[in-house]
Order: sequence, then structure tokens, then C-alpha cells
Amino acid sequence: MNIDTLILIFASTVAAATPLILAALGVLVNERAGVLNLGVEGMMLVGAVTAFGVGVTSGSLFLGYVAAMSAGAAMALLFGLLTLTLQTNQVATGLALALFGVGLSAFVGQPFVGLPIERVPAVPIPLLADIPVLGPALFRYDLLVYLSIALYAAVSWFLYRSAAGLRLRAIGEAPGVAHSLGYPVVRIRYLAVMFGGATSGLAGAYLSTALTPMWVEGMSAGRGWIVLALVVFATWRPLRVLLGAYLFGGVTVLQLHAQGLGVDVPSEFLSMLPYLATIVVLVLICRNPKTILLNQPASLGRSFHPDG
Amino acid sequence: MQPHPRLALHGITKRYPAVLANDHVDLRVGAGEIHALLGENGAGKSTLMKIVYGVTQPDAGRIEWEGRPVTIRSPAEARQLGIGMVFQHFSLFETLTVAENISLALDSREPPAQLASRIREVSESYGLPIDPLRLVHSMSVGERQRVEIVRCLLQSPQLLIMDEPTSVLTPQAVRMLFDTLRRLASQNVSILYISHKLDEVRELCDTATVLRGGRVSGTATPRAESNESLARMMVGGDLRECHLTPREAGETRLELRGLTLASTDPFGTSLHSIDLNVRAGEIVGIAGVSGNGQSELLAAISGERRVGNAASVSICGSASGTLDAAQRRRLGLSFVPEERLGRGAVPEMSLADNALLTAHSAGLVRNGLVRSDAAREFARSTITAFDVKAGSELSPANSLSGGNLQKFIVGREVRLKPKVMVVSQPTWGVDVGAALRIRQALIDLRDSGAAVLVISEELDELYAICDRLAVLFRGKLSSVHPTSQMPVEKLGSWMAGEFAQ
Amino acid sequence: MDGGGIRAVSAMNNWPWRLERRAEPSIAMKFASPLIAAVAMLVTGFILFSALGLSPLSAFRTFFIEPVASTYGFGELLLKSTPLMLCALGLSIGFRANVWNIGAEGQLIVGALAGGAIALFVDGLGGFAIPLMLLAGILGGMAWAAIAAFLRTRFHTSEILVTLMLVYIAQLLLSYFVHGPWRDPAGFNFPQSQSFDENELLPLLAETVRVNIAFLIALALAGVAWFFVSRTFAGYRMRVAGLAPAAAAYAGYGEKRNIWLALLIGGGMAGLAGVSEVAGPIGLLSPDISPGYGFAAIIVAFVGRLHPIGVVLASLLMSLLYLGGEAAQIDLQLPASVTGLFQGVLLFYLLAADLLITYRIRRARPDVVAAEAIKVDNPVNVQT
Repeated sequence: MNIDTLILIFASTVAAATPLILAALGVLVNERAGVLNLGVEGMMLVGAVTAFGVGVTSGSLFLGYVAAMSAGAAMALLFGLLTLTLQTNQVATGLALALFGVGLSAFVGQPFVGLPIERVPAVPIPLLADIPVLGPALFRYDLLVYLSIALYAAVSWFLYRSAAGLRLRAIGEAPGVAHSLGYPVVRIRYLAVMFGGATSGLAGAYLSTALTPMWVEGMSAGRGWIVLALVVFATWRPLRVLLGAYLFGGVTVLQLHAQGLGVDVPSEFLSMLPYLATIVVLVLICRNPKTILLNQPASLGRSFHPDG
Repeated sequence: MQPHPRLALHGITKRYPAVLANDHVDLRVGAGEIHALLGENGAGKSTLMKIVYGVTQPDAGRIEWEGRPVTIRSPAEARQLGIGMVFQHFSLFETLTVAENISLALDSREPPAQLASRIREVSESYGLPIDPLRLVHSMSVGERQRVEIVRCLLQSPQLLIMDEPTSVLTPQAVRMLFDTLRRLASQNVSILYISHKLDEVRELCDTATVLRGGRVSGTATPRAESNESLARMMVGGDLRECHLTPREAGETRLELRGLTLASTDPFGTSLHSIDLNVRAGEIVGIAGVSGNGQSELLAAISGERRVGNAASVSICGSASGTLDAAQRRRLGLSFVPEERLGRGAVPEMSLADNALLTAHSAGLVRNGLVRSDAAREFARSTITAFDVKAGSELSPANSLSGGNLQKFIVGREVRLKPKVMVVSQPTWGVDVGAALRIRQALIDLRDSGAAVLVISEELDELYAICDRLAVLFRGKLSSVHPTSQMPVEKLGSWMAGEFAQ
Repeated sequence: MDGGGIRAVSAMNNWPWRLERRAEPSIAMKFASPLIAAVAMLVTGFILFSALGLSPLSAFRTFFIEPVASTYGFGELLLKSTPLMLCALGLSIGFRANVWNIGAEGQLIVGALAGGAIALFVDGLGGFAIPLMLLAGILGGMAWAAIAAFLRTRFHTSEILVTLMLVYIAQLLLSYFVHGPWRDPAGFNFPQSQSFDENELLPLLAETVRVNIAFLIALALAGVAWFFVSRTFAGYRMRVAGLAPAAAAYAGYGEKRNIWLALLIGGGMAGLAGVSEVAGPIGLLSPDISPGYGFAAIIVAFVGRLHPIGVVLASLLMSLLYLGGEAAQIDLQLPASVTGLFQGVLLFYLLAADLLITYRIRRARPDVVAAEAIKVDNPVNVQT
């Protein structure tokens, strides 16, 4: 295998990991605030179709991305309205959001099926991109790839260095206590949930404009669920989300390149790899219940009502 | 002489769907005064304090601060006025450090390093030293209370609200707390001291407002009153007490031998080599500040957690360590947990369905099918026998007051005629009448020959109903002694860990 | 803290409506909320059709009435309700016990594969073919769900994520078999198996319809489920585990047994649904044996209040949505996914309407509240 193939595999791993990173970092923030939104798959699909639709109609991918983030955030707002204000069960509502997003995106996306769209262009970083090997491997990606890294840095800083991040973590740990100290628990949870929605929408946008530039019904193919598993796997820590996402990206890409590498296994079995990998990592990380207890935001998935 | 009291409440009324928590409550606290808010559980003390601290809003009434009418819409506003509050159930975040916890409650932003040094300074100047970088979950209950107090002191409060502050402290720690509070009062800080413990109030407080059923039932100068007169104001009648007639204990029914168990809770306490035996016809009490392994010990006895070594728990002579909760119940064990809603009873289910929870063996299930008539009958007779105030046996468990639900649960377990009965915090948060009924039920059970183990934080209760006492500290159990040989001073020092191990 | 928090708090206090917890859950609302949700969904449909420039009334007719206006159509309604009912009955028992099996779709597929394997590879069974296929289907579904049960009880993995991942794996497995080893050699390279023989197909209920005896089996199982949930101690224990896990542990109801039972029941029922589809209207194995019945069943279970009788009714409603979606595709040129849209909307409305069971909405007018408060005379009972 030559170096170019290796670089190609590396670069496609990065690309496959990018939507996972974007969505998982958002989900991480909203879970750190104590809210479990299982509707990531739905928000990603709505983001994907919105970015594609707006991109194709307006000719501006940038507009498409803004629209995708807004659409994701709007879906999350709907979830927030139900779970945070109307106190519905978070698990059931998240499932509803996922199912709704699948239906909605398929419905709105009907006119866009089969249309072409221009792939988001790569933006080589001047000078660095010309370094042999490292240049093509690290510095010739599209903006969203760079953004995913920046988002990682921003989320890490926010959670561990900022006063607002401390409040968010405190709310996820014990919303009742935070409320008694006077923090607007519900409002902060709304913001966190909408942030998760926005990045999930953007992750979806990456699917339909960069990874496979087209719109197909259900094109996220379970990535929204994998993202949820990824956050558990990462024990709610940003750096591990990043590493986990690249691991998953690698598994996905391996499956595409396996046949090229002379592995003689039916393609269906290779396609199962990401899903099997998800189960395997869940088993590995959940094996010891203390790992989860120690790291999981203590109020995750529980409703909170200010009047008790 | 100040023209206005520091805090004055006029006609405060707060209604929740099922109860009228505060009904036209008036209250005045002067500068530098230690004022007791006295009342039994459910009298409306906590609601009133939440209103003063801005956590909830009154439906009617006025609040005056230094003579000016104010509306306190949030705890932040309360703190701006100069009101600090130390909650009964601490408002601390376990996974964060002391400094992070404190910074969350401060309204001004301060660089972490500067805050840490200020915490050290203030805490030491009041004789409450704490390390700002420690994680809260590694701290004892007393230390946590210190964090809460220091957090308030950092904001130089004019009024400090203490909600049942001694319920989690050893008698010695109570002394230290009182010293601190007196020192604060001498510096012109007002203290609103919420309690249902008459001795403490008489010792510490200058004045008192007594609440009963949401209303002010009287004001008093506690030092000039007796426990009986205060109790009458609080309960509206005389306090009755239950009596324990001496009785010879029988054979050992519950035995723990070298019980060692690691906690599953990352912030829990592991048990170390615990030895204990409880005999037929006696009540053994375990004192100790909660968080010293009580929940682990209870789970290990009840079978909610199985122990690797079968012989380390034996019930009526059978090695039971590896049995599950249902199997241990079949050996004659009954158990009343501390959490009534969600553990001792299913909140949304009716009392009849809740009877089925553990009493299914009492003929309520036949051939795998539920006999709902029998379950209703069981619930109905429990309600009658234990004076449970409930709509009917079809009322959901969560519609009952804490005391009535506890009577129902205790009644259900007692009516199973257990050979061994284990009870955790039998009267926690329960009104005086219900507490009396529950204690009497435990004594009757003992007199009928059952072995009873009671774990409680209320020392008065343990002294009232126990034949023998022991102390649990950091997962280790002291030796067990007849109650008469355990003066409160000794018990207190044991609760702080000063017993031979 | 900043002033924003204070503003937010006071803004909430000025909100004219507020939620207030009812003293006891409203039983009337428990029954009314699915109806409220269904009506709200219809209203939304009305608005949607109008917005799409269709005459709402005639679109309505096409969607909700015409599909069932004939005997054949009515048969289709029952036919499509069958897999939904089967899956949802199993799921609702699990959901009651707080076991979130959301992978019925995968269990359905594996059930179809297992039953299909009997049909394709075991010959000469005659009249025993159908019972054996149904049994294989049930066992297949159970086996697939058992993976999640094992991982949950042994390794504490979330059954939500595992059952869902297993859906994707099951779909790929089905795709592998019908594209590969099980493909009909005489099938013009279509990815599908040989058609099943006559004795491997479920008998029809009548000549003129496609609905078969699986519908009756589903109804009978609804009866069994009702009996299980409301009369047996095992059903009671699962209910306790769902409502208050700590109470179940306190009473000594094994958590593992509960999880296994919930997943095996859910998986078995979904597997039965799968084999009933391939041995019923489809008659062979192909990559698209289910238009998402396993997922729609989640909605059916909730709309049916997790109660067997409710599930029967809700599955009929959901079946109508499928038929309406098909009709809308043909007559109104709407995409078939409108069905998915309606399903999601229905569930949202239901969850929101459920709020009215435990809360009531009232106008927050402090003066009125205070006045009422005074009327209550010392409600806290102090016993002496």
C-alpha cells in the first residue's frame, strides 16, 4: 500500500468523523446540563435536508449551514418545550423527535431527491498545505472539519474554564440545588438543548453537502444514535469524544476500503461494523457501573420542575 | 435601639394544591437576635423560609426589610439584601470543589485563586477551617455544613437562616455550631433558627415564633419556657411518650458476622467487618450521622444487595448473605426503608396495590394471580389498625402525608408478623402524633417477641425505644451496650469516631 | 448572579397560565388525551393539506375515509394493523417495566428470517409448516432481543442503543441473505427469495380480502396481554419495576428477570409480527418486508396508553395512517413519508396532552388563589 492510499484513508477517516464530532459535542453539552435528547437522528436528518434544500435553492452553502443549524435548534426547541416546560418523559419525547425527524425530512426532502449539489470546497491552509505528506493529511480540508476542531476547543474551554460552564455542569449535577441558589435551570437547559440541536443540524448538513453530497431519505443511517453512544463512551468528556469519533470514523472508512485491501467478506457484513463497534464500545465502557455513575451528569434524563 | 426590625413578615400566605402551607404568618427578627422558628414537621417552617430566601413566592402578605417593603423574587435578590441561608439538605454539588461550589453561590465574579484565599481567611477567622480545593463528596456532613456557612459568611450577611442545622451533627459538633452562631449574633448578625428540637431552642435562641398547621400558634422567650409549654404551642396538646418495659431478650434472630462490603455508590461508604446480633424481644438502635454506611448496611441486611459471604448475614439461624430480598423476607424479615415514596411504596399506585408490594405472601396472590379483593381488604384493615388518614384503600400512595404513609408502610410490615424487623429513620419528617404511633408499634412488635433493629439520626428516639445501642462511623460499628449504659456524651463522642475499633 | 436570571423568574411569574399539579391523576384525562392527540393531529393534517394547496376536505376523504370505504379496504386496515398490534403489545409490556426496547423493527426482521428459513429449507411439513414457522419467528425475535437483555443485565449497556444498533444489523443481515445465499435463482436477479408454498402461507379470513388469521392471533394475544398485565402477579411486578425501580428492589423483585422478561416478550411478539408478514401478504423474503412497523409500534404503544385494549385501537388508527399515506401518494401525489410525519406529530401531541393527566392548567391570579386559600381550614392534621 502506498503513502497516497494511506493519506486518502486518513483523510476520509477525518471526514467520516467530522459529523460525529459536531453532533456529539453539542449532545455532550446538553447532556451535561442534565437533558437526555434521544432525537439526535431526527435533528441530523432535518439538518441534512435543510442544508441541502437551502443550498440548492439559494446556491449558497453558507446559507444552507445557517439554515441547518436553525432547523436543528428549532427541533431541539420543540423537544425542550415538551420536556422542560411541559415535563414530558425525556426518553419517550426523544424517541418521538427521532421518528418525527425521519418523517419530516423525508417529506420535505421529496423534491430534492436525485438533485446534484456541489460538494463544499476544501480550503487548504496556505503554506502548511504544501508540506509533503502532512499537508494533504492535515491541512486540506473543508471549513467544517476545521470548525469541528475549533468546536472541540471551545466546548472544552466552556465546560472547564468558564463561569457559565461551571453553572451548566452544576445544573446537570443537581438542578434542585441550582434552583435553590437562584439559577434559571429551565432557561439554561433550553439553551443547552438548542445548542445540541444546532450542532446536530450542522452535522446533518455535513452529511448532505460534504460526505455524500446529495439528499437521500434516512441518509444519516443511525449516526444520530451512534453519537449518543459515543458520548457515553467518552464518559461525557470532550477530548474522548474527539478520539472516539476518529475511532468510529476509522471503522466506517475501513469498511469502504476493506474490499480494496483484498478482504473477501460480503459488503453487508462490513457495513455492520460501525453498529457492532458501537455495541462493543458500550459494553466496554458500561461494564463497570461505577465508571458511568462517576461520570454521568447526576440528573441526566430526569424532569425538573421549579416548584418541586 | 433600632426603629425597625431587620426582617418583618406580615400575613404571609402560601398555598399548594393539597395544603395551605402558610396561613397569614407574622414574624419579626431584630438585629443581632437569634430567633427560633419552631414547629413540628409539616407546620410550614421550610415554606416560610423559602419565601424569605426568594426560592418561592407568597400568594399574599408583605415582607419588610429594615422597615422597607421588599419583594424578594429570587435567592440572588435575597443575597443582595443581605440574607444568607444554610439549607437542611445541603445545597452543594458533590462533584465540584469547595471553591467551585462557593463561587456558584457568589454574585460577584472573582478569580479562582483570590476566592480560594478569601475562603481560607474567612473560614479560619470563624474557627471553621476548610480546604477550598477539596471535592465536596469526600467531606463529612459536618464539614459540608461548614462549607455552607462559610459560603454565607463570605457575603457578610445581615440575616442568616439556618434550617434544622443540627439534625445531621454529633452533639459535640452542635456545641461548636452554637459557638459560631453566638459569635455571629454578637457581631449584629440576625439569625433565624428553624428547628423542632426544644432543648436546642431553649439553649440558643432569644425569641421564638411557633408555627402549627401553617399558622402562628404563639411567640415566646424560650428561656422562660419549659419543654412542655413549648410543646403545647407546637402540637396543641401535651406530648405523650411511649414506654419501654424491661423484658428478657430471647434467642438471636439477626446476626452479622464480619460483614464487609464495598459500596456501589462512588461517593458511598464501605462496610468494614461489622458484628452485631439482635435477639428476639429486643430493640437495638444504631446511631450515627447519616452517610457513615447506613444505607449500605441496610441494603446488606435487607438483601437489596447480596453479600459474597453467605455466613456474614444470618436471619433466624440461616446463612442469608447470598439470598435476595424476597428470599430473606421468606425467612421472616421485614424492612421499612428511609425513603417512603419510591422505595417503601410506589407513589402512583393505590394503597391496595402497595399492600401487595410486600404482603403478597399473606394470601394476596394465588397461583400467580393477584387477588385484588384480598389486597383491598389487607389495605383497609391496615388503614384502620394504624389510624392512617387516607381517602380509601384506592387512594394513591403519593396523596398521603409523610406521616400517614409511614404509618401505612410500618403497618403493612408489622402485620406480616416478622421475626426480624429492620427500620430506617422510622419517624423522619413525620408529625408528632404519627411518630408516637409508629414508635409504639415497634415496641408492641418487640413485646410480641420480634427482633427489631432501628437505624436513626434522632437520638431522642433511640433513647426512647431501644434496649441496646451502637454507633456506626465510617462503615465501622461500635460495640453494642444497654441504653442505660450509654450516656449521651459517650454516644456523641462515639458518633465522632472515638470508639475502640 | 446576573440580573437576567431575576428577569426570567419574574417573567415566568407574569405568565398568565401556570401548571399546577393535580392532587390525584385525572382518570378522565388518561382516556381523553389520546383522543385529544388524534383530533389535534387531524387538525394539523387539515392545515397541512390546505398549505399544500389541496382542498382539505377532499384530501381528508382520500386520506382517511376512502381507504376503508370498501370491504377490501377494510381488510387492508386489519391486515396492516396486525404487525403493529403484535409489536406494540410486546413493547407496551416492556415500556411499563421501564425497559426501552426500541428495536422491534430488528426483532421483526429476524423473526421473518427465522420463519422464512423454515419455509425455504424445511420441506414436507404439510400442515405443520405454519405452526413451526410461527414458532421459529417468535424464537428468532426473542433471540435478537436476548442479545440486548444479556448485555444489559451482564454489562449494564443501554438497551435503547443496543436494540437500535441491532435494527441496522438485522437489516443488513436480511439484505445479505436475499442478495446472496437465499436469492431465488429463477428470480431474474431480483433480491428476493423463492415464493413460499401454499401450505407455508397463513390462511385468509375471507376470499375477497388479504387479511389473514394473524389478525385473530393478534387479537387473542391482546386478550392474553390484558390478562397478564392486570391479573397476574408477574404483570404487577413489572409495573412496579417501571414505576419505582427502588421499590421493586426493596420488595425483592429481581431486576434481571424483569429485563429478560420484558425483552423476550417484546422480541417474541415482534418476531411473530415479522413471520406473519412474510407468511402473509408478502409471501417471500425481500429487503423491504417492513415499512417501519417496528418503529411505528412505539407510537402505537404510547397512543394506546401501554394498555392492550388501547393498543388494539391505536394500531387500527396507525394502520389507517399507512393506508391514507398510500392513497395520498397515488391520488394526491404526496410523498409516502407524509405517514411518518403524521406519526411523529401524533406522538408529540399525545405526550403534550398527557400533561393534563397529572397537571391542570390554570390562570395564575394571586388574588384568587389567596382568597381560596383562606377558605381551607387548617388542612394539616395534627394528631395528638
